[in-house]
Amino acid sequence: MTNLLDVADLTVHFQSDAGAIEAVDHINFSIRRGEVVGLVGESGSGKSVTSFAILRLIRRPGEIKSGSVRFDGVDLATLSEEQMRRIRGAKIAMISQSPRTALNPVIPVGKQISRLFRLHEGLSARVAEKRMLDMLDLVRIPDPRRRAGQYAHQLSGGMCQRIMIAMALATSPRLLIADEPTTGLDVSIAARILDLLRELGAKTGAAIMLITHDLGVVAEICDRVVVMHAGQVVEAAPVRSIFHAPAHPYTRALVGSIPRVDRDVAMTPIPGSVPSLLNPPPGCRYVSRCDHATDQCRVARPPLESRGQDHDVACYYDIGRQTGGVAA
Amino acid sequence: MTALLQVRDLRMHFPLGGIGALLSQLRGEPERVVRAVDSVSFDVRQGETLALVGESGCGKSTVARCLLRLLNPSGGSMRFGDIEIAKLDAKAVQHLRRDIQMVFQDPTASLNPRLRVSSMVEEPLMLHTDLGPAERKQRALEVLEEVGLGADLAERYPHELSGGQRQRANIARAVATNPRFVVLDEPTSALDVSLRSRAILLLEALREKHGMSYLFISHDLATVKYLASRVAVMYLGVIVETGATHEIFAKPLHPYTRALMAAVPVPDPDAKRDSFVLSGEIPSPIERHTGCRLRGRCPLAKPICAEPVPLREVAPGRQVACHMI
Repeated sequence: MTNLLDVADLTVHFQSDAGAIEAVDHINFSIRRGEVVGLVGESGSGKSVTSFAILRLIRRPGEIKSGSVRFDGVDLATLSEEQMRRIRGAKIAMISQSPRTALNPVIPVGKQISRLFRLHEGLSARVAEKRMLDMLDLVRIPDPRRRAGQYAHQLSGGMCQRIMIAMALATSPRLLIADEPTTGLDVSIAARILDLLRELGAKTGAAIMLITHDLGVVAEICDRVVVMHAGQVVEAAPVRSIFHAPAHPYTRALVGSIPRVDRDVAMTPIPGSVPSLLNPPPGCRYVSRCDHATDQCRVARPPLESRGQDHDVACYYDIGRQTGGVAA
Repeated sequence: MTALLQVRDLRMHFPLGGIGALLSQLRGEPERVVRAVDSVSFDVRQGETLALVGESGCGKSTVARCLLRLLNPSGGSMRFGDIEIAKLDAKAVQHLRRDIQMVFQDPTASLNPRLRVSSMVEEPLMLHTDLGPAERKQRALEVLEEVGLGADLAERYPHELSGGQRQRANIARAVATNPRFVVLDEPTSALDVSLRSRAILLLEALREKHGMSYLFISHDLATVKYLASRVAVMYLGVIVETGATHEIFAKPLHPYTRALMAAVPVPDPDAKRDSFVLSGEIPSPIERHTGCRLRGRCPLAKPICAEPVPLREVAPGRQVACHMI
C-alpha cells in the first residue's frame, strides 16, 4: 500500500529585502496510514512552515521553490484551489497551538462544529447537531449540550483544545496535523489531550503529524520521529531509535539537552544557536554547532541516507562511524 | 538555622464584584470571595531554592505577588529577616525590593520596549542604590556580561533580542541590586527547548555565586527537579505536600502530587508510568471548602476526608496534608 503522505524534495523560501530565507530546504519524509509521526526541532527549524506547505497555505513573500507533496497518491500541487479547499479541513485537518484564538469568538462552539457537517457532508441542521453532540461526547466534554451553546471565552484552555480536536476529527480526516497541541496547557490537562489524540487516532485510523519541541510528548505518543534542524531533515527513525540510539549529532544533543524527570543525568545545552537561514552556506547546517564537523561537512550537504530498518540519517560523521572509516 | 523567609497562614481573598455580589450584599448574604490563597505557610532558607508547584489557578503566582507586595494579602504574615512584609508601608516596600526581586514569565511583556537593555538594568540601581551614573552603567554592563549578554547586546532594544536573550535581560535586571531573594515566576516556560536548559544552568550558577535564595514557581516538574532543593505542592490555594526535591520525586505521597508526577510526559518511550489519575476538573476557588479539597476527585477518598486536614510531618522535613497517608 502507498504511503498516506510523501513529501519529496520540498523547498520553501521567503523573500526578504536582504535575500531569500531558506526556511525549508529539500526535505523528504513520509507518513504511513494511521501512523503518529513527530516533527521535532527547535524554533526556526521549519516545522510549521512544512505543515503550511503541505496544506498549500504558503503565502507571499513565501514560495514553494521545489518538490512535491503527494497525499493519498495525489500530487497536491496539481489540484485546483477549489479541489484543495476540499482537502483542507476534510482530508487533512489541523489543530493549532492556541486553541482559543483558533476558535471563532462570536459563534457558539457547538455551532462551529455542526457547521462542518452541514458544509462537508450536506447534513440537515438537526442531524448535524446530533453528530456534533456525539463528537463532543467523543472528546469527553462533560455536559455536551450545555457546552455546545457556550463561546470560546467561557471554556478553559483544555476544553477549547478538545473542541478543536472535535472540529478537526468531525470530517473523518486521514491526516491530522497537530501543531504543539499541548503547549501552554497544564500537565494533567496535557496528558489527557495526548491520551485523547492517541486513542482517537487509533479509533478513526487517522494518521497524526505532531509538531512539537517537547520530547516528552514525542516519547509519549509517536511511532516515528522526523528531526528537523534549520530547515533540513537530519534524521528520521522509529521513536525507540531516536531516544535509545540517536545517530545524528543534533538528535543526540537535543535528547541530552532536556531536563529529565525520570532519571538523574546531567543536562547539556546544545551549543550555539540555529544558524541564519538567509543565504546559508552550502554543506551541513549543523556544522557551526557540531563537535565532529570536518571540511567535507562545510562543502557539501550530507544526503539523507538509510541506516537500516526505517532509519535515515544525514551525516558524514555517522556514515564514518557505521563503516569504521572515522575514528570516534 | 532560621529561615530567610517565613510565611505563615498567608491568605489572599479577592472579593467578587459585579451585579451578583451587589445583590447578595443587599440580601444580607455573606460576601463571596475567590480564595486564591487560603492559609499557606512555608520557609525559604538562606541560599536555597524552594519550588512552588501546581497547576493554573492553584494560587502559586498570587503567593509571589503577595511576597513582593504587588498585592496586599488578606491575612497572615511574611517575615523576611526581621522585617514583616505584610505590614510595610509603600515607602518601605520600595526599600524591600532592593532585597527581593522577581523575574516574570513573559520575557517580552516584562521589558520596556522603549529602553535599551542596559538602561533597563540601570533602573533598579537608580531606585535602590546610591551609585552615580557612571558606576550604574558599569554595574549594568557587568551584570549583563554575567548573564551572557555582551556589550553589543546591552545597547539594543528588546525587540532586537531573541526570546532567550530577553529572558537573560530580565534575569540581569532582577539580580542587578544583589538581592538576597529572587522570585522566579515560570521563568523558563516561554522558552524553546534548547534555551530552557541554558536558562536553568544560568539561574543555578547565579544562585551559587551570589548565595541568593529563590522561590521558583513552576508547573514544569523536570525543571523543578534541576533547580530546587525543596518542593511545596499547591492545590486550590493550599499547600498539600512539602519535602526535599529528591524525596518527593522518588516517592510522591499526597494523591495530588502523585497524579501530577504521573501526568508528566517522560522522554523515554519505554518508561513505565504510574497510571494514577484524578477524575474531573479543579473545582471553583469561590466555594468554601471544608476538609480535603481534593476529595471530590481523589480515588482514595473516604468519609474522613470531609474533616479538616492540616499539613503534618510524616518524616523529617516531609509534610503531607492527607488523611490516607
